[in-house]
Amino acid sequence: MLSAQGIERRYGRGHSQVRAVDGVSLDLRPGQRLAVVGRSGSGKSTLARVLALLEAPDAGSVSVDGTVVTAFGMRTPRPLRRAVQLIWQSPRLACDPRLRIREIVLEPLIANGLVGRARDERDQVVRHWAARLGIADELLERFPHEVSDGQLQRACLARSLALEPRYLICDEMSSMLDVSTQAALLEVVAEEQRRRDMGVLLVTHDHILADHWCHDRIELVDGRVKDARESASALSGR
Amino acid sequence: MPAIEARALSVGFRTERGVVQALSDASFAIERGETLVVIGESGSGKTVLAHALMRLLPRNVTLAGEVDLEGQPLLALPEDEMRRVRGRRMALIPQGAGSALNPVRRVGGLMLEMARVRGLGQGEAREALDGSLRELGLSFQQVAERYPHQLSGGMQQRVVNAMAMVGEPSVVIADEPTHGMDPELVDTTAEQLGMIARRGAALLVITHDLRLAERLGGRTALIYSSYIVELRDTAAFFSQPEHPYGRALLGALPEHGGVAIPGVSPELTQLPRACAFAPRCPARFEPCDEAVPPMFPLPGGGEARCYLHA
Repeated sequence: MLSAQGIERRYGRGHSQVRAVDGVSLDLRPGQRLAVVGRSGSGKSTLARVLALLEAPDAGSVSVDGTVVTAFGMRTPRPLRRAVQLIWQSPRLACDPRLRIREIVLEPLIANGLVGRARDERDQVVRHWAARLGIADELLERFPHEVSDGQLQRACLARSLALEPRYLICDEMSSMLDVSTQAALLEVVAEEQRRRDMGVLLVTHDHILADHWCHDRIELVDGRVKDARESASALSGR
Repeated sequence: MPAIEARALSVGFRTERGVVQALSDASFAIERGETLVVIGESGSGKTVLAHALMRLLPRNVTLAGEVDLEGQPLLALPEDEMRRVRGRRMALIPQGAGSALNPVRRVGGLMLEMARVRGLGQGEAREALDGSLRELGLSFQQVAERYPHQLSGGMQQRVVNAMAMVGEPSVVIADEPTHGMDPELVDTTAEQLGMIARRGAALLVITHDLRLAERLGGRTALIYSSYIVELRDTAAFFSQPEHPYGRALLGALPEHGGVAIPGVSPELTQLPRACAFAPRCPARFEPCDEAVPPMFPLPGGGEARCYLHA
């Protein structure tokens, strides 16, 4: 379980201090699809970054499958970081513009020691995930500025899923994309969720998407949980 | 006479990779007070359509077909005359209101400049702008002395919309007017676009947001790989699309099952001389691979570019 207890995250000091996240607790179970909905400025993206261990909370704790990771500060060991992956809203900002798509997918695999040095092996892994995400082979040699937002977001998803995370956090992953691209990306996420019992946290302002795709949802208002509920689809056994 | 009419409009770009066919054989007309929503995936040719109507195109373009603004042919106009037409009788609401406003000038000056281009005198310009802003819940006085970054995103959007309305242009084109907006802001933007049409402009809205399209009403043109494949009453399209691509696209909405369309759209440099959707189409049959289908009239009104309706 990816569990957050009493998370607080504040920005600024004194009178201008903003409590972006103000005491949020939530549990994401393996295999669960949980939506976090809220307007812009409600703190949902800050919460996503804290859960993905990219920002330390000012108060509260995050634990991954029983290990309290916030205790490590920003020095969380790599295997624990690998367990929680984040997909950002803008794939342009999430990719190094100087790397080819192939290198973008490969880099975290190398950093985590999940592929060897053999060129063949590396090619095979990259091609496998590119195929899963519907990225054409010739795109692998292109740079981010040479592909569309949709194709680049597919590459970001390939990069994260290749690490086989226990939990995936999608922060407005598809809000800039076409509905058909959104459907394609969510299909792959759902396959992984079922195949490996991966937990998915879908951060979105799209209530219709949250209601139809997720089992459960929580709503954030001004950094606090306003409304937590199980949606009807949880009963349909997705 | 329609406010704007396109007949067999095609736009290509000569590039190193060959000719990119961005728009093929587009024909439609919009009356004053009417709304046409153009939907399609990114890269399908929506924005090129908007830019072609205003002749905002780079030098490597090849154009075919005709565009008439209130009966006046536009494509053959000399550039200086086209500039005047573009400024006075057409308005573009660009994607990202914030970035459309010059950051180093006060909002009042920017708005008055637009009014002057549309041919309004000093006194009436202020009054007209104030009138439009008040309809949108602001006033000229409220925003005039501020710089664009001192306004919220919603206020910036209203300023841009008021600038589009001033001087009553015949045609208003909005390019992805809700891109990256909160649902609340999408709601008010949709209302404001409706107001622009009600005030008598021919409104063309380009969007990839299907829910916005459905709200705006009017008629809908669905674009796939540079072709308009379905052109119909918006309500009829959303209740039952007639082109197989339209059906597949609506099926990708989460509330309709969120089923992805198999395959990918063809590269615009290598469009087939056949139906561009055929390789992904569940209803494909012999004629689909023989020639590009023309627009066939539909029994309930509107047209579809599909041999199923021949």
